[in-house]
Formats: sequence, C-alpha cells, structure tokens
Amino acid sequence: MRLFDLRLIIAFLFGLYGVVLVVVGLGFTTDDDLKKAEGVNINLWAGIAMVVLAALFAVWALLRPQFAKTTTADDLGKRG
Amino acid sequence: MSVLAEADLRLDAGPIDYALLVIYFVVVLGIGVMARRSVSSSLDFLLSGRSLPAWVTGLAFISANLGALELMGMTANGAQYGMATVHYYWIGAIPAMVFLGLVMMPFYYGSKVRSVPEFMLRRFGKPAHLVNAISFAVAQILIAGINLFALAVIIDALLGWPLPVSIVVAAMVVLAYTALGGLSAAIYNEVLQFFVIVAALAPLTIVGLIKVGGWQGLVQKVTDQEQLSAWPATELTGIESPVWSVVGLVFGLGFVLSFGYWTTNFAEVQRAMSAKSMSAAKRTPIIGAYPKALIPAVIIIPGIIAAVIVPEMAQLKAGDTSSGVVYNNVLPLLMRDLLPNGILGIAITGLLASFMAGVAANVSSFNTVFTYDLWQDYVKKDRPDEYYLRVGRLATVGACVLAIGTAFIAAALGGSNIMDYIQALFSFFNAPLFATFIVGMFWKRMTPTAGWVGLLAGTFTAMFIYAISEPSFGIKWLELPGQGASFLGAGLAFVVDVVVSVAVSLVTRPKPDSELVGLVYSLTPKEDRSHATTGEDAGWYRSPALLGGGVLALTTVLYIIFG
Repeated sequence: MRLFDLRLIIAFLFGLYGVVLVVVGLGFTTDDDLKKAEGVNINLWAGIAMVVLAALFAVWALLRPQFAKTTTADDLGKRG
Repeated sequence: MSVLAEADLRLDAGPIDYALLVIYFVVVLGIGVMARRSVSSSLDFLLSGRSLPAWVTGLAFISANLGALELMGMTANGAQYGMATVHYYWIGAIPAMVFLGLVMMPFYYGSKVRSVPEFMLRRFGKPAHLVNAISFAVAQILIAGINLFALAVIIDALLGWPLPVSIVVAAMVVLAYTALGGLSAAIYNEVLQFFVIVAALAPLTIVGLIKVGGWQGLVQKVTDQEQLSAWPATELTGIESPVWSVVGLVFGLGFVLSFGYWTTNFAEVQRAMSAKSMSAAKRTPIIGAYPKALIPAVIIIPGIIAAVIVPEMAQLKAGDTSSGVVYNNVLPLLMRDLLPNGILGIAITGLLASFMAGVAANVSSFNTVFTYDLWQDYVKKDRPDEYYLRVGRLATVGACVLAIGTAFIAAALGGSNIMDYIQALFSFFNAPLFATFIVGMFWKRMTPTAGWVGLLAGTFTAMFIYAISEPSFGIKWLELPGQGASFLGAGLAFVVDVVVSVAVSLVTRPKPDSELVGLVYSLTPKEDRSHATTGEDAGWYRSPALLGGGVLALTTVLYIIFG
C-alpha cells in the first residue's frame, strides 16, 4: 500500500491559508476588526504562524521523504 | 440544544470566510480521491493496509475523539465548572492511553485481529463476540446521527442554513471521502482536522487572554476562586464530601470510565491497528496523549474566559437565563465577539471539520465491524477479498444513510435529552467490556461462558444505577447531581463484571491453552509482544515506554502547576 505524503497536504493547506490571512491582515483590516481583537492584528499573526507551520512540514517532508514499506504476506492480516 | 436557536449566535461571515471553508472541503475531498488509488484490498480499505506512520495514527487517535460534541461540551464545562474540567483530559485520559499503548496493544496488534470485537471472538467465542459487535455497530450509527444533528443545529445558529440541508450535505461529504479512500482518507482528514482545530482555537484563546489582561487578569476576574483549582471538584462530581469526590474522580473517571472508553472503543483502537509496525501501534495512543495533555489550554481556558467577558455568559453564571444562551454556546459567542473576518473563517472551518471527523470516525469503524465481524463471520463466509471490499464500501453508504435517518429522528424528537440517554446507554457497555478484557488477557482460566455472562451482568448493573439515579425517571433512590452517578455506575459495573466472570469461570470449562496463544499474557511468548527496534523503529526517542513515562511526568507537572 503506497499512500501519498500527508505532510505535503498539510503544507499546502496551511501555506494557502497563511498567505490569504497575511494578505487580509495587511491590506484589508479595518479599525473595527482591530477593535474586536483588542488591537491585535490577529489575521496577520495567525497567517504568519500558519506559513511557518507549512514551511516546517514542507522541510520535514523534503528532508525525510516517505519511503513505501513493502507489504509482506504477513501484513495482509490472514487470520492465524 | 433546542434553546440554541433562540440565542443570537449569528456570525457575520463574509466572502473570505466562505472561501476558506470551501478550500478546506476541496482538500478533504481531494484526499478521498487520492487515497482511493492506494486501495486494492479490503484490508487497505478498512485498516489502511496497516501501513501508517505513528505520528499520523497518533494524531488521528486524538482527533477521532475531538469531535464537536467534545469541543462544545468541554468548553461549556470550562465555563460552568472552571479548572476542574481538566480531569477529563488528564486523569480521565492520559493513564488509560499509556496503558493501551504499553499493555494492551501487544495483544491487539500482535494477534493480527482486525477489530476489537474480533479479539473478543478469538478469546471468548461467538456469544461474547455477537454482543460486542452488534452493540458497537448500533452505537456508532446512533452516535453518527447525533453528531450530524448537532452539526446541523450549530450551522443553523451560526450561518442560518436549514437543518436538513446541513445534515445531508455533511453526510454526503463524509460519505464521499470515506467510501472512496476508506480508513486512510478518514485518518488523513483527522490529522488535517487536528491542525485546523488548533489553528481555530489558539487565536481565540490568545485574543481572549489579551482581552482579560493576561493570565493574571483572568485569575483576578474569576469571581468564584474555587473554580481556578482542579481539586476536589465537588461541583463536577456532585459529591459533597471532598474526600469521596476525589475517590470518585480517581477510581470512577480516572480508572473505570476512562480505561473502558480508551482501551475497548474500536473507533479509537482502530487508529492504532492501522499503524505500520508493532512499535508504531504501541506509540499511537502515547503520541496522541501529548496533545491530549496540552489541548485543555485552548479548550478549557476559552471557556473560563467566556464566563468572564461574554455578557450573556456572565449573566447565565449568575443564574439569569433570560438571554437564552446556554453553556454549549461558549465557542460561537467567543467567535462572534473576538474574531474578525478571515480568522473567523478558519474558526468556522475548524468547528465543521471537527463535526465531520467525528462522523467519519463512527462510519469508518462501523464499516469494519460490519464487514469483518458481522457479514464475514455470520452471513457470507469464504468469499474472495474483492467481495468484502465491495461490502465495506456498501456498508459505508448504508452507515451514512442510516445516520441521516437517525439525525432526522433526533431532530424530530427535538433535542438534547434524547441524545444524553443514548450516550448514557452506550456508556453502559464500556466499563464491563474493560473488565472482561483485562481479566481475559491476564487470566487464561477465564472461560467463554464467563465472557458473555460477565459482560451482561456488568451492563445490567450500570443500567440499574442509571435508572435509580436519573432524576427524570422519577425513581430517585440515589441522588447524585453532576457526574457522580455515572462514576458510581461504571465502578460497580466493573466490580460486578470481575466477580461474576471469576465465579462463572470456576464452574465452566476454559478454552485449551493452544487456542489462547497471542491472546493471553502468560501464553504469549515475549518476542510476540515486543516490538522491533531497528530501521524505522530505531532510536531511543521511539521507545514506547520512554514516551509513555514522559507523558505521565508531563501530566503530573501540569497538575502541580494548574491543579
């Protein structure tokens, strides 16, 4: 059983989310938004955190590629 | 839950929030499509071909439990009971998860059974197997339906979608990816969901803490200082004497209820069974225990914060129910008050993801038990594997359709009480099941007859305690508000199960030793119970015992600091 690498999916999703939030945080944050979150530009900071998370997963996946395990007859769960 | 619609929880979701939600759904379905390519046998579909790395199964293990009922319920407990809620995460989970990994996984994984009921079959024979398989399958369908209903109620309150639309759409999404990619798709999505939930809750907690003036500010603003300490939790247990309250917590919650849930619930154990090696299987619940120990920071603390800063919540705590808000509304209210568009979309996504992952865990464990334990064992034996792969896929469709039905029934019955009854009903099976497993694993003399008789005796004990303590039944021989009654019921069920099992075993015939190899401690050679320490299982940091000791130490430190 050879499954694709989940780490790349996580990197993709959070990379995308992070970039969107950073853009929203930098370009589209109103004073009302800031007031709601006690003056913190939470979109910007959360976006940056997500980009970092995505980068960590991407680096991990690149440094330690997932190699497929060869399936043996024993793994197929024949009832013994 | 019926009150929920009356309170104003409507979120101001904008296009950007919906866009983030849609992206998530696309990725979730994409995982289903991609996972399909790796499914070529029933074992691939139902147990991920036993091929997943431990960090994936470990996070899925914790995520399968981080359903929406848990998320809403525990933030609500945080608002209502304060720090005492940490017991559900620490004493009520960590020791049991470590025990599952170190003591029970060697038998589950080593014996190559494909489900918890199948272990029951091999150890105790058919009667005990049938009781376990059928009760589990029925419970998963009902709970999946409850999850769907709860999801629809919350989407209605937050976004204003009609109930039937949410129920059917959510069920179809879950159906699409689990029917395509099987357990692998469910597990991958659970891991993704874990990160999305944390990404939703962490900003909420941080903004909330800033608003109350940091941890010190929160401590000062909580009016009832008792709610800042975890012990003796008399409010939570409903037991007035502090000593007995602690005994109830440690024995009832910490031992019987939590060991019963974490070690025998197949929806959880299945995640560990899909790991790629014995070492990875042992590490699965232990790796899951680390986030379990830490996640109260973003679940319980927001609850405590909400009780201080959300006006409706503060009113409710003072006993004023006029706003229509209930404790379960903590998360939506905090999202409404603290999060601007953008991160709000992530938070909505996290909530929906958590609901769907709960349903997917129910469905993916149901189809395995249905296919292997009911269909293959009792209806159509000895067919080629493609046949069972097809049955597995059809069972997935059937489970989703039935769950939609259950959700509509729950909606028609109008609500939360019926859900509480059903949850209670199935909790009756857990404590006795744990007693039967633990005696059966360590005492080879325990007989097949004792297996099912003990189970039934324990279950009836739990039902009896529930019947005489549940106020709405009117019998009221026992008065224990809070969680005390369920602790007592579980504790007694455990004791009765053990006593009956031993008594029955002494007068009935045990299985011959040769049939119990790999299933009972004394008859399993040490090398069958131990894990490899080479290749991908090498390294001291992959030692299950060390990791287990580490998380127990971490929990102790957390108790010392925050207890």
